[in-house]
Amino acid sequence: MTHSNFVHRHIGPSLADQSKMLDALGVDDIQSLINEVVPSNIKSDDPLALSAGVDEAVALQELAAIASRNVINKSLLGQGYYACHLPSVIKRNVLENPSWYTAYTPYQPEIAQGRLEVLFNFQTLITELTALPMANASLLDEGTAAAEAMALAHRALRGKRNTLLVASDCHAQTIDILHTRAAPLGITVTAVAADQLTTRINTQADDVFGVLIQYPGTDGDIGEPATIAAAAKDIGAVVIAAADLLALTLLSPPGEWGADIAIGSAQRFGVPMGFGGPHAAYMATTDKHKRNLPGRLIGQSITVNGEPAYRLALQTREQHIRREKATSNICTAQALLAIIATLYACYHGPKGLQSIALGIRHKLDRLAATLKQHGIDIAQQDWFDTLYLPVADADEVLASANKAGYNVRKRDATTIVLSFDETTSINDVANIAGVLTGVNVTKESLAQVPDRQASADRPVSYLSQACFHDYMSETEMMRYLRKLANKDLALDTAMIPLGSCTMKLNAASEMMPVSWPEFTDIHPFAPKEQSEGYRMMISDLERMLCACTGYDAVSLQPNAGSQGEYAGLLAIKAYHESRDESHRNVCLIPSSAHGTNPASAQMAGLDVVVVACDEQGNVDVADLQKKIDEHKANIAAIMITYPSTHGVFEAGVRDVCERVHAAGGQVYIDGANLNAMVGTAQPGKFGGDVSHLNLHKTFCIPHGGGGPGVGPIGVGKHLAPFLPGHRELGDATGAVSAAPWGSAMILPITWMYIRMMGAQGLQDATQVAVLSANYIAHRLSPAFPILYRGEKGRVAHECIIDTRPLKDEMGITVDDIAKRLMDYGFHAPTMSFPVAGTLMIEPTESESLAEVDRFCDAMLAIHAEAVKVKEGVWPSDDNPLANSPHTAAALISDDWSHAYTRQEAAYPSGDTDGKYWPAVGRIDNVYGDKHLICSCPPLSDYASDRT
Amino acid sequence: MELPGDLRFTASHEWVRVNDDGSVTIGISEHAQEQLGDLVYVETPEMDMSCDAEEGIAVVESVKAASDIYSPIKGKIIDCNGALTDNPELINSDPYGDGWIFTLMPDNPEDIEHLMGPDDYQAMTESES
Repeated sequence: MTHSNFVHRHIGPSLADQSKMLDALGVDDIQSLINEVVPSNIKSDDPLALSAGVDEAVALQELAAIASRNVINKSLLGQGYYACHLPSVIKRNVLENPSWYTAYTPYQPEIAQGRLEVLFNFQTLITELTALPMANASLLDEGTAAAEAMALAHRALRGKRNTLLVASDCHAQTIDILHTRAAPLGITVTAVAADQLTTRINTQADDVFGVLIQYPGTDGDIGEPATIAAAAKDIGAVVIAAADLLALTLLSPPGEWGADIAIGSAQRFGVPMGFGGPHAAYMATTDKHKRNLPGRLIGQSITVNGEPAYRLALQTREQHIRREKATSNICTAQALLAIIATLYACYHGPKGLQSIALGIRHKLDRLAATLKQHGIDIAQQDWFDTLYLPVADADEVLASANKAGYNVRKRDATTIVLSFDETTSINDVANIAGVLTGVNVTKESLAQVPDRQASADRPVSYLSQACFHDYMSETEMMRYLRKLANKDLALDTAMIPLGSCTMKLNAASEMMPVSWPEFTDIHPFAPKEQSEGYRMMISDLERMLCACTGYDAVSLQPNAGSQGEYAGLLAIKAYHESRDESHRNVCLIPSSAHGTNPASAQMAGLDVVVVACDEQGNVDVADLQKKIDEHKANIAAIMITYPSTHGVFEAGVRDVCERVHAAGGQVYIDGANLNAMVGTAQPGKFGGDVSHLNLHKTFCIPHGGGGPGVGPIGVGKHLAPFLPGHRELGDATGAVSAAPWGSAMILPITWMYIRMMGAQGLQDATQVAVLSANYIAHRLSPAFPILYRGEKGRVAHECIIDTRPLKDEMGITVDDIAKRLMDYGFHAPTMSFPVAGTLMIEPTESESLAEVDRFCDAMLAIHAEAVKVKEGVWPSDDNPLANSPHTAAALISDDWSHAYTRQEAAYPSGDTDGKYWPAVGRIDNVYGDKHLICSCPPLSDYASDRT
Repeated sequence: MELPGDLRFTASHEWVRVNDDGSVTIGISEHAQEQLGDLVYVETPEMDMSCDAEEGIAVVESVKAASDIYSPIKGKIIDCNGALTDNPELINSDPYGDGWIFTLMPDNPEDIEHLMGPDDYQAMTESES
């Protein structure tokens, strides 16, 4: 089969290099290696049912033709999605810049200070606008953020009350997700008209744990949130506000009218609608609930040198530590989108933001006044950006608006709703007035209204911090972005060998369509006929993913792997319920599982039963059988990762699947390690009933410095009826994301990858990924034991090296090795997962042999350094490992008194070309969690300090 | 390592000391604090709450681990160690003294008899490691 040229761009090692690697392993050819690695009873040699790959120019043309079938109307649909202008300086230097989008989640903070600074400022932005003291960075969308707030509130009252009251003018998709997420937790969600809420709170006082209000409401009402909040407080319930960030530049903030939690979307701060996502959602809360905040939290700590530095704080809240007791299963955030939203705020500053909001409201004021002049009755008392109007026939108005190039929303047969945004021009206002009045309206004939200033409730006293004032000239912004990017190590600097994360190439050609207006400028609820291009691309992609996995149907809705797990488990539960077996509530999970698995199972209302692993790291079949026998009729599912989290193709996987099936359970195969299986084995064929796929691992969506992620699920035929649904699609099953196809805007990345690689290219990629991992295991094994291997002595696409002997013999910790790798210009492999004190290395197929060798050389050199410590050449408390990473500032200090030279510290490999400098020294984690600082104080705090 | 002889222990590494008024004070063992590392946060139970034996009612957290603290016996919380709010490291430095976590009044004082003595606990931790 012929290859497209792209395959050789994507796969790092040339054929000649692959031969060298095979020689080193003593294997004749790559197929023989795969035969040793993949158990024969699951191996599939058939080519994937996909076309041959095409070059990037051809693929781009094909996708452009598909995209051109989308119709771009001006959207007045609102409901949490608004058109906005992404400043070009941010688009070019961040969204389209691999320094930002190819970075990983900032688990190694010393080489992630750039994006951590912006994410810290995101938290500041949110705390300032909501007037609540603690915010996270970030959540997946507004709907799931509301569900997380519901869970937090429920826990806050220790689960003793079980009703959440929701104002019925919350966004409809939010209420749907609340229903989905409430059911397994035993929570009742009751929607009540906003003006009836106070009464209802009082009549149901003993069972209401929380009240959620949309601010402003989905139809535009601002309402009386303070009255509702006061009533809720009186009965001890938690008040949750779903608040629009732009509206908060004008309106009284939730923290001032009594909200305990605020959630919402940061989309309209510069992030395109993109047919639904990805967008960053936020959550802010009071000090009281800070330890129950879900998701990533950035904190400020100090380094060993005493400089301030940022890091991920309070990680003990998260699923990787707390497992089924975690506050949430959320793992990936929406870092890149939160970064863009923050920079949008930096670019405009508080006055700029408020002036955008005032402009929107003023245009809506003029529309309302014009309509009144024409005799249209407006019942709405006040508004920010959204107005509902009585009409004779909503369908007719929609049709004529559509003809004029506008999408408006039908609330009912005689009411329409329209929302203005940053992009609404005065000509648009005139055109819309024309549609609604049936007469010709020009911008000159629009009614004049006096300028309304920001309400007295919200003077511009927010965002006084320097970062929201210092970068308003484009030159300053451009340099700020460069300065921040320079602090971070991303794939444009070096290999990021994170096991289980699959940091492969995110090709420029895959990324380009993400910026096409045909993909960016569509509202997720736009009329069906306007999104034909999207729907074609999506159904193509579903077919491609079925071909890769052997499943029969795919849902692209889940916004991350964690959401896919949750959706998959709900499908399993619904399947059992459909067969009158709703008593099946036990989820078997091997002890080696990633923490999201038990956290998701808990959210799905399943009881976790842990299955032991044997010494080789495989599922202990005897223990499995014992647990199956104990819980027989109640087994709902097993969740396994394949190849296992130990980086091994377990030979017994078919047996494990068969035993669970024999007990009537379903098999969930976590697709985190799918990069070892595309074209070698199909989970849908060897026993899986459902899997989530991480498109941001196996299928090239970049990690974005900690999100976006996309976690579609593939299922067998029998589970297809239970895939997530959505009200926009008229489905019966509940939604797990706010938008029908989750993060639709970034799906073209995966479409491009599969189209360019083709069946053969994808198989080649898998084989080279396995070859590289085995080559690394081979090179490193003389210094570091390889912890787990398959039956034939091979690893899969990643390997765990045991660094604990260095700790025992030389006092060198896994942390020391990880930080020392920074001096060598590398990101550390995955640390202490799944085994504490070890490193898990995954090279992917994209790293060249030269880079793989450079990494192996660094690891071996670090081992040699550790030996020097052991031999007493360097003291155990003063050596280049213990003191790593070394910053330029530390090296040039006048009093260098270490036992090793500056040369040995900074240029350990002798290579001085293109040296990457860690921005800060080693960060003190204990200090950071003890002295929690999660936002930048306002300037006034500094002023009062001085007085 | 010598364990204070007047204490009783649980399999989940809490220690229990019987006070003169019949109440019992609870903390975590030297071994447990060592496993957790530098503590950064302690969540003490609510005052006056009633709890069952083996109910998780407090939490201790280090940077890398979080652990529930279980009530060893059924009873009612009558005192919590407020000093831990600002100084969680007291548990590291003095687990059997200033690092106590809460005090409860047992519903059935004889429940204490079912807990492990120092020798049994010592044997258990040694077999675990």
